[in-house]
Amino acid sequence: MRTRDVFASAFGAAAGNPLRTLLLVLAMAIGVAAVVVLTALGDGARRYVMREFTQLGSNLVIVLPGRTATGGVNPASAITSTPRDLTVEDARAVARAPSALRVAPVVVGTSEMSVGGRLRDTLVVGSTAEFLDIRRFTLAQGRFLPVEDWDRGSPVMVIGARLRADLFGAEPPLGQFVRIGERRFRVVGVLAASGSGLGMNTDELAIIPVALAQQLFNTNNLFRILVEARGRAAIEAAKRQVTSILKERHGGEEDVTVITQDAVLATFDRLLGTLTLGVAGIAAISLAVAGILVMNVMLVSVTQRRAEIGLMKALGGSGGTIRLLFLVEAALLSLAGALVGFSLGHVGAWVIRYLYPTLPAYPPDWAVLAALGTALVTGVLFGVMPARRAAALDPVLALARR
Amino acid sequence: MTAPQIELNGIERVFRLGDSVVHALADIDLAIYAGEYLSVMGPSGSGKSTLLNVLGLLDSPTAGTYHLEGRDITTLSPAEQARVRSRRIGFVFQSFHLVPRLTAAENIALPMMLAGIPAAERAPQVEKALADFGLTDRARHKPDELSGGQRQRVAIARATVMQPAMLLADEPTGNLDRATGEEVIRLLEDLHDGGVTLIMVTHDQALGDRAHRRIYMEDGAIRRDSGRGAGRLPAPAPATPGGAADREP
Repeated sequence: MRTRDVFASAFGAAAGNPLRTLLLVLAMAIGVAAVVVLTALGDGARRYVMREFTQLGSNLVIVLPGRTATGGVNPASAITSTPRDLTVEDARAVARAPSALRVAPVVVGTSEMSVGGRLRDTLVVGSTAEFLDIRRFTLAQGRFLPVEDWDRGSPVMVIGARLRADLFGAEPPLGQFVRIGERRFRVVGVLAASGSGLGMNTDELAIIPVALAQQLFNTNNLFRILVEARGRAAIEAAKRQVTSILKERHGGEEDVTVITQDAVLATFDRLLGTLTLGVAGIAAISLAVAGILVMNVMLVSVTQRRAEIGLMKALGGSGGTIRLLFLVEAALLSLAGALVGFSLGHVGAWVIRYLYPTLPAYPPDWAVLAALGTALVTGVLFGVMPARRAAALDPVLALARR
Repeated sequence: MTAPQIELNGIERVFRLGDSVVHALADIDLAIYAGEYLSVMGPSGSGKSTLLNVLGLLDSPTAGTYHLEGRDITTLSPAEQARVRSRRIGFVFQSFHLVPRLTAAENIALPMMLAGIPAAERAPQVEKALADFGLTDRARHKPDELSGGQRQRVAIARATVMQPAMLLADEPTGNLDRATGEEVIRLLEDLHDGGVTLIMVTHDQALGDRAHRRIYMEDGAIRRDSGRGAGRLPAPAPATPGGAADREP
């Protein structure tokens, strides 16, 4: 039998019983659509988290004071371990690491600031000119902190978009003076509005030179040292170099924690990837159910079409031809179901994106391919048994009925 | 003397129904020559339909040999048997057995499609078959839109479209009224006149008597065989018609 005729016949047989075909296609479609929508949700969540994290800046190595990675508190640490704090000197030393592109010391505190009698509590970050590039901030107006000696900051300030609106309203903020404690700072720049991110809201930050922030908060310590590695490949090297430099400076004691953003990202990526996979697995169960339905319906169809099968044998159709006809019919039904499900799934994902614009709910390619593949394979696999049964049908008995 | 087209030797067909063993065919010897017109009669359960099924390769004998045009058919693989059915044998059934979702033309084209003949080659032959059987204006009708006579004409057109050497008809008029039945029989006889071997199973004595050779079966055995000779075609002398001697005691 010609391939074209095989497909035409199988299609004709499927079209000859519209209700049966509709139900089968629907069952398969729901299975595929479930996989597409659920993986779109899972992968959307993963991408959302990834995006939030990468906004912090890429190739980032973060140094925290204290050794936290070993975890737990042992009695000895309560007595002996007084971890040395991070200082600006430490940051300067870290900047000499060959794999470090930029280094910014960070001091964080909350303080009250006033402009012409208006008071406001806000988060004050003390840092250096490098902070802008490391954190991937963009400026809406003016410029950032000047490049200068880290120990002697000039009294200037860069403010977040929200803070600008709160303090100055419609007035131009550049050149205005803001009082924090005993000091007056001149506003030299305004950050572009970034919206809410994970962690601190950058729109409400006030950024001042690190030396002045230390004076303000009466401390010599740093909250963090942010290190940007020279490219992705250099992250691990930067981490090693930073660790060894600080260990040397701290009398051989490894009393800092160095984390890479990559590690954090990778953990989340794995976690959410596994979640997506699990959800896809659950959805795949509905595909298997659809496959069993295909088998069931095809078996009923073989019984219903006994006379036709017997006739085809009498007219010279071989067992192989009849098997092929039933297999192709099962495959066509599965394919139709998979395509309908694929479209339904994409519509579903679109609806999710429409309802939750921040969630990039796009089904991953692997999930779509896997769903389509599984649908076809289950359809054909579960079509084999009915097809074999049809081929094995005794034509005499098949024709005798009726 | 030419060799017989069909030669059955010691054919048996045994069915097992639970504990009992039914000999549907018991030691059948039969030789049929090309161009014969043969009727098989007998009471229900006498094995005449089973004989037809064995002749048509729909059923395999439990024992014995079946030579069709000199080839031993019983040893062929199922796929080869299907090929023989496709090229050499045409079936006409009592209940027509048309595929309900296909049009008359598509039903007629079915054997050619199964044989792998491309659509372009099928079309003119279907066209011709429709014309030969007066069905041209019914080509696009589904079986349920056709009368009984038209349905059986479609079935006969389908059975002959591959130009088979023999036509096996199982009660071809059983579901038709007298007049339409007569019309169908005349069609089959016309085909026989064209050179096709016609083997017809029937209950109808009058119909059976029209055949040139009449076989009467009972309990799976051939009880009477009128022998060849009355054939319209010039045939060799009926010296020994195969081994199909009269078996009556």
